[in-house]
Amino acid sequence: MLGGLLVYPIYQLGLISLLEYTQAQVSGGEPTTFQGFANYAELFADPEFWRVLLATVVFAAACVVSTLAVGCALAVLLTRVRALPRLALMLAALGAWATPAITGSTVWLLLFDPDFGPVNRILGLGDHSWTYGRYSAFFLVLLEVVWCSFPFVMVTVYAGIRSVPSEVLEAAALDGASQWRIWRSVLAPMIRPILVVVTIQSVIWDFKVFTQIYVMTNGGGIARQNLVLNVYAYQKAFASAQYSLGSAIGVVMLLILLAVTLVYLRLLRRQGEEL
Amino acid sequence: MKFAARLAAPVAALALAGLTACAPQTSDNSSSAEDEKTGTLRVWLFQEVSSEPKEKVVDKVVAAFEKAHDGAKVKVEYIPVETRAQRIKAAFNDPKSAPDVIEYGNTDTAGYVKDGGLADVTADFNAWSEAKDSDPTAKTSVTVDGKIYGAPFFVGVRALYYRTDVFEELGLEVPESLDELAATAKQIRAAKPDLYGLVVGGAYTYGAMPFVWANGGEIAEGKGGSYASTIDSAAAQKGITAYTSLFGDDNCPAAKCASMGGNDTVTAFAAGKAGMAIGGDFSHSAVEAGKVKGKYAVVPLPGVKSGSVAPAFAGGNNIGVLKSTTHRTLAVDLMKRLASKQTQGELFDAMGFLPTYTDVRGEAAKEEPFIKPFVTTLTSGTKFVPASPAWAQIDASLVLPTMFQEVVSGKKDVAEASKDAAAQMNDAFSSAG
Repeated sequence: MLGGLLVYPIYQLGLISLLEYTQAQVSGGEPTTFQGFANYAELFADPEFWRVLLATVVFAAACVVSTLAVGCALAVLLTRVRALPRLALMLAALGAWATPAITGSTVWLLLFDPDFGPVNRILGLGDHSWTYGRYSAFFLVLLEVVWCSFPFVMVTVYAGIRSVPSEVLEAAALDGASQWRIWRSVLAPMIRPILVVVTIQSVIWDFKVFTQIYVMTNGGGIARQNLVLNVYAYQKAFASAQYSLGSAIGVVMLLILLAVTLVYLRLLRRQGEEL
Repeated sequence: MKFAARLAAPVAALALAGLTACAPQTSDNSSSAEDEKTGTLRVWLFQEVSSEPKEKVVDKVVAAFEKAHDGAKVKVEYIPVETRAQRIKAAFNDPKSAPDVIEYGNTDTAGYVKDGGLADVTADFNAWSEAKDSDPTAKTSVTVDGKIYGAPFFVGVRALYYRTDVFEELGLEVPESLDELAATAKQIRAAKPDLYGLVVGGAYTYGAMPFVWANGGEIAEGKGGSYASTIDSAAAQKGITAYTSLFGDDNCPAAKCASMGGNDTVTAFAAGKAGMAIGGDFSHSAVEAGKVKGKYAVVPLPGVKSGSVAPAFAGGNNIGVLKSTTHRTLAVDLMKRLASKQTQGELFDAMGFLPTYTDVRGEAAKEEPFIKPFVTTLTSGTKFVPASPAWAQIDASLVLPTMFQEVVSGKKDVAEASKDAAAQMNDAFSSAG
C-alpha cells in the first residue's frame, strides 16, 4: 500500500518523461508515442536548462546556509534568555512558520515595493526597484525563504540543545570556553543527528522552492532571470502543456536530490556516525 | 545484502504497477456520432469584471433558443478568464463533463484545434446568411488550415489614450507618427517628472507589436502548417528598437516598466500616473473608473508615416462547438444565435464589446463616438498572431516578453535578442507541426 502510494506517482512521472505527451495527446487529438530519452536529450541540449540548474543550486545552497545560520543562532539565543522574551521570540517564529508561503511572499514584496514600500522609505532609497536586478531579486526571495523556514530549524535545534545535559555546558563554561567554542566543540557534535535532519530537510525544501519565486518575481523575473528548476518545470509542463518535458525536469530534480542526500549520509557514516 | 532486500520491494511494486497501468491516460475525443435533438446543452462563457449586463443579453438569447427548440434546455456557466486554460484543458480531457458550446480567446483557436477539442463548422458557417458581413480579420481568427472552427463573438483593438489636460497645459499636439509619439512622451516626462510620458511594459506584447508591424516587421511568415519566425528581420528589429527605446529615465524607467504587463500600464494611466498609454476598447471602463475620468481622449496609435495608423493586434473572442458534443445541430444553432448580429449589437450596448460585423460596427460607432478611434484602427488594417498550434506554447513560454525585457534591461542587444526569440519560435513551430 505504502509502496504503491510512493512508487506509482514516480513511476508515472518517469514513464511520461519518456513519451511525447502534450495537451494534444491527453485530449486524444494525437496518439501518444514513445520517445525514449528524446525529452532528456532536448532538455540537456537547452542552454537555458543548465543556466536554471546552476541558479537553482547556488540559490538553494545560499538559502540552506542562511537558514541554518539564523536558525541555530536563534536556538542558542533561546536557551540564554529569560522566559518572557523566549516566549515572544517563539511566538514570532511560529507566526512566520504558520504564514502561508503566498501570503508571506506578497507581504515581503509589499515591504520592498518601490512606490509604497516602507523599506525604501526607511533606507531613503527613493523608488529603487528590488526586483529589477537579478541578484537583488534573488536576495529578496532569499530573505523570504529564510524568514519562513528558519523557525523549523530553530525549534528543532532548540529541542536538541535542551536534551544536552546542562552539566556538560556548565563544565565548558567553567573552563572558560567562549559561546562560539561551546557551540562548535560541545553542542554541535552532540546534536549532530538533529543537524543532519534539518540540513537535509532544508536542502530538499530550498531546492524545490516554487511559491516564493513565482509570486515575488512574477513567474521567473524580468527576462526569466530568476527562474529556478521548479518554476521552469511548471512553465514547461502546465503553462505550455509539454507534460513530458516537465516530467523529465521532475525526474532530474528527483535524482539530484536523491544523490545529494545519499552522498551526505554516506559522508556522515564514513565519519563513524550512526544515525 | 540488506540493500538488495530493501530494493526488492519497490522493484516488485514497480513491476506490478507496470502490469496494471501501462500508459498515462488518453481520453477519446473523437466526434460523437450522436446528434440528439432534446436534452440539456451546457455553455461556458467568460466572466467579466461586471458580468450582469452580459448575462442579461445571454439570458434573452437562451430564452428564444429554448422556445424555438422543444425539449431543449440550456445551462450557462460563467468561468473566470484567468483559469480558463485549465478548465478548457480539463474539458478536452474529460468529454463526459465537457460543455457543448464555449467562448474562447481567438489566439487559442489553433491550439484547441490541434488538441482535438473544437468541431469543424465550415459548412454551417458558410451557409449562414449573416456570416458574409463578418470582417475578414475576425474570420481569420476562427480559421485553421482553411477550415472554420467557430463564429467570431467580438473583437478588441488597442489605441492611444492621452491626457487632454496635460497636453493642453504643456501646449502639445497629438502625435501623428511614432517618432512624434516618442518625442511627445519625452517632453511630458521632462516637464512633469512624476508622470510617465507614454507608459510602456516589457511584458505588454500586444502594446509592443504595433511598433514592429508599423515598421514592416512580422512575428512569423508562412501558410498552413509551416511557419518561420521573422522577428529578427531588419524591419522587425527597427520596430523593437523603437519600442524598447521608450524604456529609460526620460520616459518610463526600465527598473519599473520592464516588468509591467498591459493591465499595469492601463492601471497607471487610470491612476493619473502617465501622460499617454496604449489601451484597448475593453480598457475603457477601467479608465472611466479611475482618476482621469473626463480628462482624456483616444486616437488611433500613429504609424511610421505622418498621419498613418499603426496596425493593431485584432484580439477578441469566438464561440465554438466542442467536438465531443452529443447535440451537434442544436449546439451549432445556439452558437449562431450567440454570435448573431442582433446579439452582438445588444452586447455592444451592454458591455461595449466591438461587433465583428462591419455593418453592425458602423452603426455602433454612430451611436457611441467613443469607439470611433478603435473602429478607425480596425478599418485601417489589423494583424493577427500566427494561426499555428505552436502559438499557445510560444505565448505561454513568454518568448516575446522575454525578448523585449532582455533588450530593455540591457542583457542583450536587439539583434541578439530577436535572433534568440526567432530560434525559440522556430523550435516551437517545428515541434508543433
